[in-house]
Amino acid sequence: MIIDVAFLEADLLPALNRGLQVSLALIIPASVIGFFCGILLGCARTFGSPLVKRAGDAFTALVRGVPLAIQLLFIYYALPKIGIYFDPFFAALLSFIICTSAYQSEYVRGALLSIRKGQILAAKALGFTNVQTILWIIIPQAARRALPGCGNEIIYLIKYSSLAYLVTCMELMGEGKVVASDTFRFMEVFFTVGLYYLAMVSVASILLHWLEKKAHIPGFSAR
Amino acid sequence: MSDEQILLAEHIGLRVGDKIILDDCSLSLKKGELKVLIGPSGAGKSTFLQCLNLLQTPDTGSITLEGHPLDMKKPRALCDYRTKVGMIFQDFKLFDHLTAIDNVSIALKKVKGLSEKNARQRAETELDRVNLTDQATLYPAQLSGGQKQRVAFARALAMDPLILLLDEPTSALDPELVGEVLQVIRDLSSRGMTMVMATHQMDFIRQIASEIIFMEHGRILEQGNPETLLGDGIQSRTKQFYTSLASV
Repeated sequence: MIIDVAFLEADLLPALNRGLQVSLALIIPASVIGFFCGILLGCARTFGSPLVKRAGDAFTALVRGVPLAIQLLFIYYALPKIGIYFDPFFAALLSFIICTSAYQSEYVRGALLSIRKGQILAAKALGFTNVQTILWIIIPQAARRALPGCGNEIIYLIKYSSLAYLVTCMELMGEGKVVASDTFRFMEVFFTVGLYYLAMVSVASILLHWLEKKAHIPGFSAR
Repeated sequence: MSDEQILLAEHIGLRVGDKIILDDCSLSLKKGELKVLIGPSGAGKSTFLQCLNLLQTPDTGSITLEGHPLDMKKPRALCDYRTKVGMIFQDFKLFDHLTAIDNVSIALKKVKGLSEKNARQRAETELDRVNLTDQATLYPAQLSGGQKQRVAFARALAMDPLILLLDEPTSALDPELVGEVLQVIRDLSSRGMTMVMATHQMDFIRQIASEIIFMEHGRILEQGNPETLLGDGIQSRTKQFYTSLASV
């Protein structure tokens, strides 16, 4: 296969770069907001009252149990039937935040449960209130334990953001698909789109690895 | 030693299901006293100490600190109470994610509301007192058992507690490290710190305890000063236990 530089420069790359901006505009807020919602949801499911726990568990079971594509199509195509409208971008963003926070909450919950009872006892013995114990002792430790799992979820998010094209949100995958249908150059287009995703995931992996290193505490993760 | 009573715990009882863990245990402490809890494992020593710090809420009984009865149902009152009654654990329970100095300063900042600078200064002073100035920036995993326990002392003492509860502070230590921790306790005692300690260090008890409290099956069986319980020719359950430990 001879690389058609003119096609790349004139048609494909400008379209994909446009799409990349939309993808990043989806991925970055979804991962940040989803991460914090995941922490809140994970805390609620671990420390909440029985009612709060059950509500959190039910939400997570529902979100994890239904394919993301269905959730996305439901938000964009079904909700308008009851008068709730989103434009394609916000429908995608909302469904990604919902999905990623449910998964993040599971990593966070696991990490919270792994904190040893003694740490909590020591904090109480010093006069910490429950909220202070959670904020200053449990979360800093749990965050470090949760980091690898939460990072993994962000990597997933980068890739499943490509589902946004299902609701006509013109992100990387959507732009690629249009160019491919217009030119029938499936090989070049999907190969290049794949490289774009690979590049995004690689950058995210490097950032996450750097973060893990920065958060490292001697002897802590070994336990 | 003054006669001023600091702590009075009366008729403390605790049961878990059908099992009676503590049965009508009472204790009064005057300023500067060091009372020692001894007895076989499972006697309820640790549980009694945890009840004295309200880490476990007793089913029955009352606690009075400096003449003020404690309302065990009020979370706020419990937190205030615990800042005044320090606790040293057998397994140290240092915060794993914090350096030695941050272990000492975090409660000063978050619970007592000291500024970063003041909390740090106070923490440095306390670490210096237990000879750990050089280890201030190390994490718990980088410290020896004896050093960890000394950080735990610095952390508890930084809160200026009225009373210190010690739950077998030397039991998890290698034999050669026991001395450095006992020295800290000896210094504290000579500085007039009021303490209740569960321990099996019998020789140490004899030298330093104001009173020995012998527990078995959740009950206080005998109490008195070391001489009346362990003196020559005395037949007591405490002495029997003492002898059995010494013969090991």
